[in-house]
Amino acid sequence: MKTLLTATATAALLAGAAHADDHEVKLGIILGFTGPIESLTPHMAAGAEMAMSEVSDSGKLLDGMTVVPVRADSTCIDAGAASAAAERLITSEGVKGIMGADCSGVTGAVLSNVAVPNGVVMVSPSATSPALSSVEDNGLFFRTAPSDARQGEIMATILMERGMEEVALTYTNNDYGKGLADSFATAFEDKGGTVTINTAHEDGKADYSAEVGAMASAGGDLLVVAGYVDQGGSGVVRSALDTGAFDTFHFPDGMIGTALEENFGDALDGSSGQLPGTDSPGGDKFVELAGDSFDATSTFAPESYDAAALIMLAMQAAGSVESGDYKDHVMDVANAPGEKIYPGDLGKALEIIAGGGDVDYVGATAVELIGPGESAGNYREIIFEDGKMETVKYR
Amino acid sequence: MIDLLNAIVALSNFVLVPAVTYGSQLALGALGVTLIYGILRFSNFAHGDTMAFGTMVTILVTWGLQALGVGFGPLPTALLALPFGIAACMALVLVTDRMVYRFYRAQKAKPVVFVIVSIGVMFILNGLVRFIIGPGDQRFRDGENFIITARDFKDMTGLREGLALKTTQGITVVTAVIVVALLFWFLNRTRTGKSMRAYSDNEDLALLSGINPDRVVMVTWLIVAALATVAGTLYGLDKSFKPFTYFQLLLPVFAAAIVGGLGSPLGAIAGGYVIAFSEVLITYAWKKVLTYLVPEALEPDGLVQLLSTNYKFAVSFVILLIVLLFRPTGLFRGKAV
Repeated sequence: MKTLLTATATAALLAGAAHADDHEVKLGIILGFTGPIESLTPHMAAGAEMAMSEVSDSGKLLDGMTVVPVRADSTCIDAGAASAAAERLITSEGVKGIMGADCSGVTGAVLSNVAVPNGVVMVSPSATSPALSSVEDNGLFFRTAPSDARQGEIMATILMERGMEEVALTYTNNDYGKGLADSFATAFEDKGGTVTINTAHEDGKADYSAEVGAMASAGGDLLVVAGYVDQGGSGVVRSALDTGAFDTFHFPDGMIGTALEENFGDALDGSSGQLPGTDSPGGDKFVELAGDSFDATSTFAPESYDAAALIMLAMQAAGSVESGDYKDHVMDVANAPGEKIYPGDLGKALEIIAGGGDVDYVGATAVELIGPGESAGNYREIIFEDGKMETVKYR
Repeated sequence: MIDLLNAIVALSNFVLVPAVTYGSQLALGALGVTLIYGILRFSNFAHGDTMAFGTMVTILVTWGLQALGVGFGPLPTALLALPFGIAACMALVLVTDRMVYRFYRAQKAKPVVFVIVSIGVMFILNGLVRFIIGPGDQRFRDGENFIITARDFKDMTGLREGLALKTTQGITVVTAVIVVALLFWFLNRTRTGKSMRAYSDNEDLALLSGINPDRVVMVTWLIVAALATVAGTLYGLDKSFKPFTYFQLLLPVFAAAIVGGLGSPLGAIAGGYVIAFSEVLITYAWKKVLTYLVPEALEPDGLVQLLSTNYKFAVSFVILLIVLLFRPTGLFRGKAV
């Protein structure tokens, strides 16, 4: 019995090893399965794995290679743990690419400590910090989530188009708020606008009359609130409305939620905002494809599918699974020219590439990679009418 | 002349009215802290969460009344629910006193032990409130929102600046005045009030002259519960109810009590307004007001702001430090900390 087991195990190992050499490629999925975003990551991982099994099932990746996902925990906040997990994936599992990491802090750490030294491609679905745009990455780092610097620019464009040239600005006092406020202020002033005051507010404080008093004194056509809807942001808006300091506002993604409609109703009429979103048919196809297997509308799940798909398409384009070979092809498959590729079309895309054709991967989130390999970002511009958020257009 | 009026209105709208309201809320909170300190002789860190508990019960009863269709005309229904909140809060503090503080009182524990114990109570109340009503924002304000809105004021007077006066701001100030008047009448004119002051001044002497200490302690807790619930409910009506914010409120409340002089009720009120006004005034940008007051040629380009609002919390603490350094007993000669 014992001999039989050993023999079977050995045979399996041998078969596995033989298999791995020719027909199997491993991709790492590093997400915070424990930690602050643990409610999102199962859906993100499922999205990425769906892309992998789609490619494996098609049998068209580099003459019928199978893609095997390997999960690891980034914890979202512990850079040391995330780096160790990534190191294990690369050195002992031998992954050829990494879908991840998720939060901006650990993503930066994994990139500089593990991915760059080992020369492995990393595509993050959810790190949005502007700082990652300028990080030293040897062309190995990409992201399917837009940088907040991009949101600042979009926000400046929207306000300019609406004829707002002088705005007051307040942000929640953390990395997100500060980063977004700075990128917006720079973009807005480049376009000829004036930011009359750029001041922080602390979340969860007792009273915001001092902040609102200062902002009212500075004046402006409207007030931009780069905060959180369930935190101090709403307190500032409430105080500004009550004192009559401002009656129109502009809200970036952190402020947009149904709580705004519930709390303020038609008092916000005429205010505007933007949040990530796309009207590309890819989003619906992705939801359809996922069916009941996981929640495809969960935040960053579509971005995860796209991140995994990009890695595999780039491998096909390079004709190699080695990061050093395929890293230069990621931008090519993501952008025009070429046949547009939506979720569920990965088999077709692999075939076109194998035949020497071009593809323009659109995916679930209308991917368009710009500059240092990050998503151009698609935003949904909204306006408040009769106490409801209405979509104006997509950018 | 019109310019002068505009300047006054702008200043009232953004500084005077909000600061008076916030000051009243802080004063009511600080009164509770100062009474505990004066009579039970410890800093009660659970005060913010006691406020949250009383307010929570008030909110739950308000929702019940609203569901039954009971309203209070233009005034918020919460005022009708307030007595229930006060009663529940009184029950809570009496139970806590019985189960926790009485034991340490019998041991004649040092004040620092009481402080640590009250931190324990704080965490338990913290959890209790979140468990019952959840950690999120709750809104329970109804009735008329404004006595006068900024827009109506502008239309009425023809001035360029508006003055908004919220119903809750009016209620806060009026209620604060009534509560404070009642409290002072009670402390100065009634037998129980006098015995409380005697107990506060000199415990041994008070005991010798036949004052029942258990009764004094109980009455103190009852008054503190009432003050905490009223302060919490007024604050919640004016802003919004969120357990975490009430916990944070503890800092300015303590600052107010210490600046005024711990143990001195009058000081607590003065301290509340000093903290509120300093937070708003020192970080106020005077540009708008000055634009009305000075000739056009002298109009300021900058914001004319002494300190950025980012520093407003530093302001209260600097005042606290100055008071502790130069007048450790506070403005109104309370007990030394």
